[in-house]
Amino acid sequence: MTYTMSHLDALEAESVHVVREVLAEFERPALLFSGGKDSAVLLHLATKACWPQPVPFPLLHVDTGHNFPEVLAFRDARAEELGVRLLVASVQEAIDRGEVVEDAGPGATRNRLQTHSLLQAIEHHRFDAVFGGGRRDEEKSRAKERVFSHRDEFGQWDPRGQRPELWSLYNGRHRRGEHFRVFPLSNWTELDVWQYIERESLTLPSIYYAHRREVFRRGSMLLAVGPHTRPRDGVADEEPFVATVRYRTVGDATCTAAVESVASTPEEIVAETAVTRISERGATRADDRFSEAAMEDRKREGYF
Amino acid sequence: MEMLRFATAGSVDDGKSTLIGRLLYDSKAVYEDQIESVERTSRDRGDDYVDLALLTDGLRAEREQGITIDVAYRYFATPRRKFIVADTPGHVQHTRNMVTGCSTADLVLVLVDARAGITEQTRRHAFIASLLRTAHLVICVNKMDLVDYSQQRFEEISEEFRDFAARLEIPDLAFVPISALKGDNVVERSGEMPWYQGASLLHHLEHVHIASDRNLIDLRFPVQRVVRPRSVEHRDFRGYAGQVASGVIGVGDEVLVLPSGFTTSVEAIETYDGEVEEAYAPMSVVVRLAGELDVSRGDMICRARNQPTTGQDVSAMVCWMSDGVLRTGAKLAMKHTTRWARVLVRDVHYRLDVNTLHRDREAEGLGLNEIGRVELRTTSPLFYDEYRRNKATGSFILVDEVTNVTVGAGMLLRPGP
Repeated sequence: MTYTMSHLDALEAESVHVVREVLAEFERPALLFSGGKDSAVLLHLATKACWPQPVPFPLLHVDTGHNFPEVLAFRDARAEELGVRLLVASVQEAIDRGEVVEDAGPGATRNRLQTHSLLQAIEHHRFDAVFGGGRRDEEKSRAKERVFSHRDEFGQWDPRGQRPELWSLYNGRHRRGEHFRVFPLSNWTELDVWQYIERESLTLPSIYYAHRREVFRRGSMLLAVGPHTRPRDGVADEEPFVATVRYRTVGDATCTAAVESVASTPEEIVAETAVTRISERGATRADDRFSEAAMEDRKREGYF
Repeated sequence: MEMLRFATAGSVDDGKSTLIGRLLYDSKAVYEDQIESVERTSRDRGDDYVDLALLTDGLRAEREQGITIDVAYRYFATPRRKFIVADTPGHVQHTRNMVTGCSTADLVLVLVDARAGITEQTRRHAFIASLLRTAHLVICVNKMDLVDYSQQRFEEISEEFRDFAARLEIPDLAFVPISALKGDNVVERSGEMPWYQGASLLHHLEHVHIASDRNLIDLRFPVQRVVRPRSVEHRDFRGYAGQVASGVIGVGDEVLVLPSGFTTSVEAIETYDGEVEEAYAPMSVVVRLAGELDVSRGDMICRARNQPTTGQDVSAMVCWMSDGVLRTGAKLAMKHTTRWARVLVRDVHYRLDVNTLHRDREAEGLGLNEIGRVELRTTSPLFYDEYRRNKATGSFILVDEVTNVTVGAGMLLRPGP
């Protein structure tokens, strides 16, 4: 016996430890589940951490109303398969109730509006720990976020006032009304996630794999022609065409772009991810390109 | 593929950001859109050159002030290893950040400017690395291009550092002459320094032997949670979930549970993926023990002939991380393994000057970023080992009971006078 562990085994053991710390020290956890690949991996790790008990906490989806149907179907199927309660916080309903107002204009998305519905759900259900699938390699402001990330009674993140986090000693102490966002995938990269999906034979929504789709270009983004995004009239560059594409991330359908790819298995995606020259968010998320600090600003307000 | 965690120390002036930027860029962990974004920001700010520090400085305040505030974690991989880099800033909150970064690091990389040589900061970084028992230290003598790639200069610096390091406990020490800016000896061996026979920095990071750094001798399994599903499928299941802190645990092993002191045997070691015969650090598993036992979170599974120290009066080196002052008489919360306790500070024995290693026994307390030896009394017994023998059972954090903020980090010392 050499008693060595592969990087995936070490990452898994760390994530399982994190989930179990939450099970032991918090009263009302929930897991943010969008049906995307990171939340699918997160849910799988939670299943391992809880075993042989079923996952005892609910899944929470903040639904912008702009979804890919394959992702919603996957979300529901996965919750049912595990027998876990699925809660949906609807941004559309918040808009209908007049609690939030949509941005106008061509670049408008509901991304920022999700914060309202997320915080409302956390308050309503009195969640004290909310698991998220965020990774530190995704974005610069995430690179400094703790695994146990404190939120005050307004749901706000104070990046400069973060608690030091040492060894694997997580401090989740908080006052009533405050909560923690917990990120078990903090140390995973996009490549690790895909290698793990391959190793564990995890099922994902089909749009993660190469398929033919009618798309158009907007700036550097490749957007699907569909109910949520379509070429603007009179904009010459937005001619639709059919291409073989896949999604690297799956978010709000109005601001999530596809990438051209013929990778149709996790193995092929691992190979492609290892050599890609564009970051996951840079290639696929229109919302992060507005300003250098777009993510930090959203996160301060209580975003994922 | 193996994983190596390393911390980097040094200031912007030492070229640390340039070095990290180069490691990330050359290993293709920095993407084109991220480089473009950095170039755009540098241009907008009116910088003369592209500031690679912007790759790691993620917070608005950092970019505005041009300083690094917090530890940033970066990731890259080569075909041999996955690397997690804890990039610790050199100026602001230096000790707190360095201690945090080192706490999970297998290796620490300290940058030295070849022109300036060993400075107070170099000594401080090396001392913290040794205090945190980081097994491997690499001194990168940077900016060799600015000293004409002089072998003599490199050897002077190495010699001076070795003299200083003799007073520290650093099991593995390496020196690499580099130019982060030009790329010499970073990824590839440089043609400019034929006198240097060692490996490039990346080659060293890929090959340094870390498998033996773990403690595989002393079995310590802190119980994280008691698992009792009460389901039809697992009717009588009672297991103890946790991460093996050190050592190896096998099915059939005789084990002892603290604090009860009962001995029993390991019936099974289970995971979601099936049973295993053995588990070792840092595996997360569920252990089932023979017989009916009263075991709860915070208890420790070990061996009858190899037990941790049990005690309520402990000595520790503490790094204070808060604005207030840690004084004798203070009461705090402590998290040690999977156990919370309250502690009373019985005495601040001495404060250590991290630059000179001088022990100030007159000190009345520890201020922000200060390190010292402290005597503590805990409300309930700890099951612990000396930190230098066992990081997992020798470390703790201190938490302010009013604000809930983590205010200190501690490393337990050998019990005794």
